[in-house]
Amino acid sequence: MLHEPAVTTGKDLAFPFKRKLGARLFIAYALFYAGFVAINLAKPALMEKTVFMGLNLAVVYGFGLIIVALILALIYSRACLKKEREMKGADAAGRNA
Amino acid sequence: MNVLSVVLFVTFVASVLALSFYFARKAKSASGYYAAGGKIHWSVNGIAFAGDYLSAASFLGICGMIATAGYDGFLYSIGYLAGWIVALFIVAEPLKRLGKYTFTDALDANYNHRGIKLLAAISTLVVSLCYLIPQMVGAGVLVTPLLGLPHFIGVIMVGMIVITIVATAGMTSTTYVQFIKGALLIVFSTVVVIVVLFRGLSTAPDQGGQVPFRENQTIAATESEGALVLADGAYQVLRTAEAKTLRFAALLQDGRESWWQIVPGAGPGEVILHETQSVVVKYDGGTIINGAPASKDNILRQAGRLTAIDGKTGPDAATGSLNPFKFLSKIGSPDTRVEQWKNVSFTDGQDNVTVYYPVQTPGNKILRPGLKFKIEGKPVDRIDFISLMLALFLGTAALPHILIRYYTVPSAAAARKSTIVAIAAIGFFYILTLFMGLGAMTNGVINLADDNMSAPLLARSFGTFLFAMISAIAFATVLGTVSGLIIAASGAVAHDLMDRYAGIIKSDKQKVFVGKIVAFVVGIIAIILGIIFKGVNVSFLVGLAFAVAASANLPSIVMMLFWKRTTGRGITASIIVGIVSSIGLILFSPTLYSLYGKDPASAPIPLNNPGIISIPLSFAALIIFSLLTKKKTDIKAV
Repeated sequence: MLHEPAVTTGKDLAFPFKRKLGARLFIAYALFYAGFVAINLAKPALMEKTVFMGLNLAVVYGFGLIIVALILALIYSRACLKKEREMKGADAAGRNA
Repeated sequence: MNVLSVVLFVTFVASVLALSFYFARKAKSASGYYAAGGKIHWSVNGIAFAGDYLSAASFLGICGMIATAGYDGFLYSIGYLAGWIVALFIVAEPLKRLGKYTFTDALDANYNHRGIKLLAAISTLVVSLCYLIPQMVGAGVLVTPLLGLPHFIGVIMVGMIVITIVATAGMTSTTYVQFIKGALLIVFSTVVVIVVLFRGLSTAPDQGGQVPFRENQTIAATESEGALVLADGAYQVLRTAEAKTLRFAALLQDGRESWWQIVPGAGPGEVILHETQSVVVKYDGGTIINGAPASKDNILRQAGRLTAIDGKTGPDAATGSLNPFKFLSKIGSPDTRVEQWKNVSFTDGQDNVTVYYPVQTPGNKILRPGLKFKIEGKPVDRIDFISLMLALFLGTAALPHILIRYYTVPSAAAARKSTIVAIAAIGFFYILTLFMGLGAMTNGVINLADDNMSAPLLARSFGTFLFAMISAIAFATVLGTVSGLIIAASGAVAHDLMDRYAGIIKSDKQKVFVGKIVAFVVGIIAIILGIIFKGVNVSFLVGLAFAVAASANLPSIVMMLFWKRTTGRGITASIIVGIVSSIGLILFSPTLYSLYGKDPASAPIPLNNPGIISIPLSFAALIIFSLLTKKKTDIKAV
């Protein structure tokens, strides 16, 4: 049977930008995540230290990994949306010229 | 059996089935059946993502593991959530643009390679089955306290209901079941956390007055030349036994035999006997629990409490209501003591004895990794920890039942937005798991024989309504996830294998019909596996499914998108190596050896989590085979 995407989406001019940004943010988050794993292995006792509002580093870092994921996701979304609008505007202007 | 529980449960199941029949008319075409026509709104899809992803492992398994192993259970929450970053930044949009119904579509879009169609479909089936097992185990776990029915009945019920949901309306009904379940799970988990914080902490938890607090007994004794002399004449020493480095004594009182742990006392020759709980499986097959025959009324006592809070004991230690920060800081204090229960098994004559004994753990050790995962232990234990965290991080974006949800929205932008909604909802829920798990740990609600029930039993300590509601939602949790898994498996067989690989599907209608038959068959297989794997921690099992997904699927997805020299043969090699190596390593791992009834130390593979070996192997296979083969087509712009 014919194989094609369920919904035709057209060419995405912002795709290279989004791919590059996604890769960069992914690397940033992966390093943050790796830092958590590394502290646990290299200096596990550090995780017991109280660092914020009576909470230890393990809890703060763990919650931080969850909250930072959301913040990065929002940054990515906003940047993608902005670029998509820009590219759409440039594309429309190009066709009108 | 509780009437309210039954009413809520029946209402929920009836609603779900009604929803399925309502949507059945929309599932006539393949697009409608496998991808809900690509018309789901991104916000609904985002919550449905949460409903799909927050499985029995997340709700039952993680809460249970936190209740028994503290922060180590929360590592799963962190890893599961972090995986969504990979899904959002790397996978979401390209996959949406390349695919149609299944993950195989996207993988094969630039290659049109028969090997990819075959192997990606097999990979989908393998990962879905690995993931199905813990969900079905969770279903059985829930039904016993909720409806008073045996484990296998719960598994069969879930199987039959899910088959009905999937076979009637496919992805559309599955989406709305997942949406409702995801929303309810988050709302009612929040309610549970609020009441846990409102109750606060004490050293004598009584489940809100429902179950009188019971202090474990101790007996002073002296020991001379191996003979125990008890200070309490009401007890008679029958015999002693050793297991690993621990010593136990069987005592007789009023014709009832019980096991006590022997620990050294303060002076020479002095010992103290600590009360334990025990399960004795007699040579004739009978089971004795705490000295009396097992029955509906004689089961292991629920356990778990604090014996000191921030250095205080007794009534003075009670905190009253706490804010979330105080709740965590009180439990995590070095001066807090948590009574955890370990177990050890040994033979006593012809009988098999399992003794559950309390140990005191400082709070600062509870709220940091290390109790379950021996990060300060041998190098192999540390590697196992890295391996787990790696598989959790990379597994999410490779789960076929999650990936197919990208085809239910109308655009790549909608796929991105729905992922962000999912991250917000799932992240919030995972923060709640820490409070629910610790709530169970400190409120005397842990079922020693099965920690999977910790969250529902915690809810029960706040009354029947919350318990019934949480249990019904937990049951729905299983329904939602299993539906997604069966749809993924159904698409793999009907669309990938029978249509695109073998070319034997001749019409849209036929593809839907075959998909429904496959849903039935996979549902039956899931039922059988759910019964076989009874009693294994569901979060652990899901961790393994993540490892298989991360090994078999993720290298292909990433390399296809980021390395232009990737070839069809490279992808097929990667999938084969990923599946074989991850499953092979799991089958010879210490945990599986325990399941086989063998000594875990004799397992040929010392790692429980295979990802650290199988993921790089899969990447290496892809690179080597891609370099050895020539690409037929250029990568199309996505």
